[in-house]
Amino acid sequence: MERIQRKIIQTMSNKVIHGLYQDDALLLDGVKELRAAGIEIEEIYCPYPVHGLDTAVGLRHTRLAICAFIYAMCGVGLGATMMGFMNVVDWPMNIGGKPSFSFVENMTSFMPILFECGVFCAAHGMVLTFLLRSWILPGVSNTNPDPRTTDDMFLVLLKLDEKAAKSAEDILKKSGAVEINNG
Amino acid sequence: MSNVISHIREPLVLGDRTVHDVTVDVAKSVEGKANKWWWICFGVAVIAALWGVLCITYTIAVGIGSWGVNKTVGWAWDITNFVWWIGIGHAGTLISAVLLLFRQKWRMAINRSAEAMTIFAVMMAGLFPLLHMGRPWLAFYSLPLPNQFGELWVNFNSPLIWDVFAISTYLTVSIVFWYLGLIPDFAMIRDRARVSGNKLYDNVYGLLSFGWSGKVRDWARFEEVSLVLAGLATPLVFSVHSIVSMDFAAGIVPGWHTTIFPPYFVLGALFSGFAMVLTLTIIMRKVMNLENYITIRHVESMNFIIILTGSLVGSAYITELFISWYSGVEYEQYAFINRATGPYYWAYTIMMTCNVLSPQLFWFKKIRNSFIISFVMSIFINIGMWFERFVIIVTSLHRDYLPSSWTMFHPTFVDIGIFVGTIGIFFTLFLLFARVFPVIAQAETKSILKEGGSQYYGNGSNATPVKEDGVTEEPGESEDGEDSEENNTDNEQ
Repeated sequence: MERIQRKIIQTMSNKVIHGLYQDDALLLDGVKELRAAGIEIEEIYCPYPVHGLDTAVGLRHTRLAICAFIYAMCGVGLGATMMGFMNVVDWPMNIGGKPSFSFVENMTSFMPILFECGVFCAAHGMVLTFLLRSWILPGVSNTNPDPRTTDDMFLVLLKLDEKAAKSAEDILKKSGAVEINNG
Repeated sequence: MSNVISHIREPLVLGDRTVHDVTVDVAKSVEGKANKWWWICFGVAVIAALWGVLCITYTIAVGIGSWGVNKTVGWAWDITNFVWWIGIGHAGTLISAVLLLFRQKWRMAINRSAEAMTIFAVMMAGLFPLLHMGRPWLAFYSLPLPNQFGELWVNFNSPLIWDVFAISTYLTVSIVFWYLGLIPDFAMIRDRARVSGNKLYDNVYGLLSFGWSGKVRDWARFEEVSLVLAGLATPLVFSVHSIVSMDFAAGIVPGWHTTIFPPYFVLGALFSGFAMVLTLTIIMRKVMNLENYITIRHVESMNFIIILTGSLVGSAYITELFISWYSGVEYEQYAFINRATGPYYWAYTIMMTCNVLSPQLFWFKKIRNSFIISFVMSIFINIGMWFERFVIIVTSLHRDYLPSSWTMFHPTFVDIGIFVGTIGIFFTLFLLFARVFPVIAQAETKSILKEGGSQYYGNGSNATPVKEDGVTEEPGESEDGEDSEENNTDNEQ
């Protein structure tokens, strides 16, 4: 419900504000002040990661690490199925008088590949999930409104109605934004 | 970014670079023209690479009979080179993954090039087992393919198959880790190209950057992914070289059948890898004009790791000797006596001198703080670690259980050509990388500028600007933080 409300407010909001900061510490303070004043931040574009900015904006902690764990377990499962089927079920080879008739007895020599399969699936799965979730893919166009945001500028993007825009601009100015424009 | 400034450490970025300066410096090597030194290095590397390609072609056409290997010494330079290159690759992962987990900020200047080194080194390593198969077009036999395909399932009890899985996982995970870090840097070059109207760069780097915009949520996810990848890559790097060591340790050849092989190989790999990173970064800082980013502090930190790993490798050598005596097994004892005093004593001496004695010189501050000596030492260690693998492989094999089959190994021009060729291909790839990809992880370097930039340390010295009441001034805390930074820079100018 809250999400829908926010969407409605955003579509009603007609004024776009770009607040540009040059210092990450000032940006962090500015964002906190904007949030304290009840102003919803549309997006922030940063040239490098700023520690604590995600919590200041009010983002929930990403669950990608949980995904990685699930992928790892899937990888281990796949590896176990592969080796069990090939070396135990389908064609138990007798090597040096040590036939591989049981999965458990072969487990020790299966461990390295189980581990590798786990790491392989966790790493690739997590990166793919990240790229798809954030829609960072070959052929996608960038959306940062100002090219300086990959250089040395932080851009706070706000979409507000006239009244809120005025107070937001004041906060941006006071907190040390070096430039405020309307896109 | 935290604003804590260390009181005791020297700055990580010299020359009072601002965030924008970092962008310009990193983009310069991609946007500008290559200098004379780059062309000279590239020319030499390409010639060596071509020689290697010729020798590889000859090997594939004629067979591995063109090498110096024989019935007794079935593994020689090929597997020596394989282990050497894999070992070199490990430092890249150590720098980017282990140092990330330990929050070592000095990794920022060198992690990108070290990761590139890892990828190219692992590619070179993979070439040797492939060629040693004799019929490289049948390399797919090592993949788990169905019986109907013309052969049996692979044997999962064999360390050689573990190798196939470990190395391919290591290579692909390293590439993913490396590329992920490159995405924001490609975006930076794309945006610069767009502003300057360079259509070609805009399109190429636009495609490479996957539409990266630097949104706060993307950065949060990016950091989480980097951290988890580092957590995965750390045990991976240990597993890879442990598995490589089991190619030997799981055999029954005296001199190979040793339980300390996995940790001993991993340490040796880190040791040689750091030596190669030193070699590359010291060349790179000159050729690419990165003196402000790759400083003596970076070199010293790497030298510390070289002392540690070198000493541990040295103690592994001595442990091996002791255990062979203590085991009471005469074959084992002979293998080690033969190594030190047999016909390959010179290889053993080179190994001991370069790997055990030479890194001890780094205990002296003057020596570890010199670019030239560090560079020379890194070459010595590279040579020493190559000989370590040669000693393990060739001296253990050349005198087997049956004295009538005792023999020596003599490399042919093809052996030498392929080895030199891989060095050539490696440097060709690395130099091309240094021209078209940002060689310094600029986004990460920018994030440590306040902690590591020399302008925050007061007038060029490593003293932190201190307020009258003795409290360290933190630029972000005061409202006029930014102004004071500028003043500070102005004063120095």
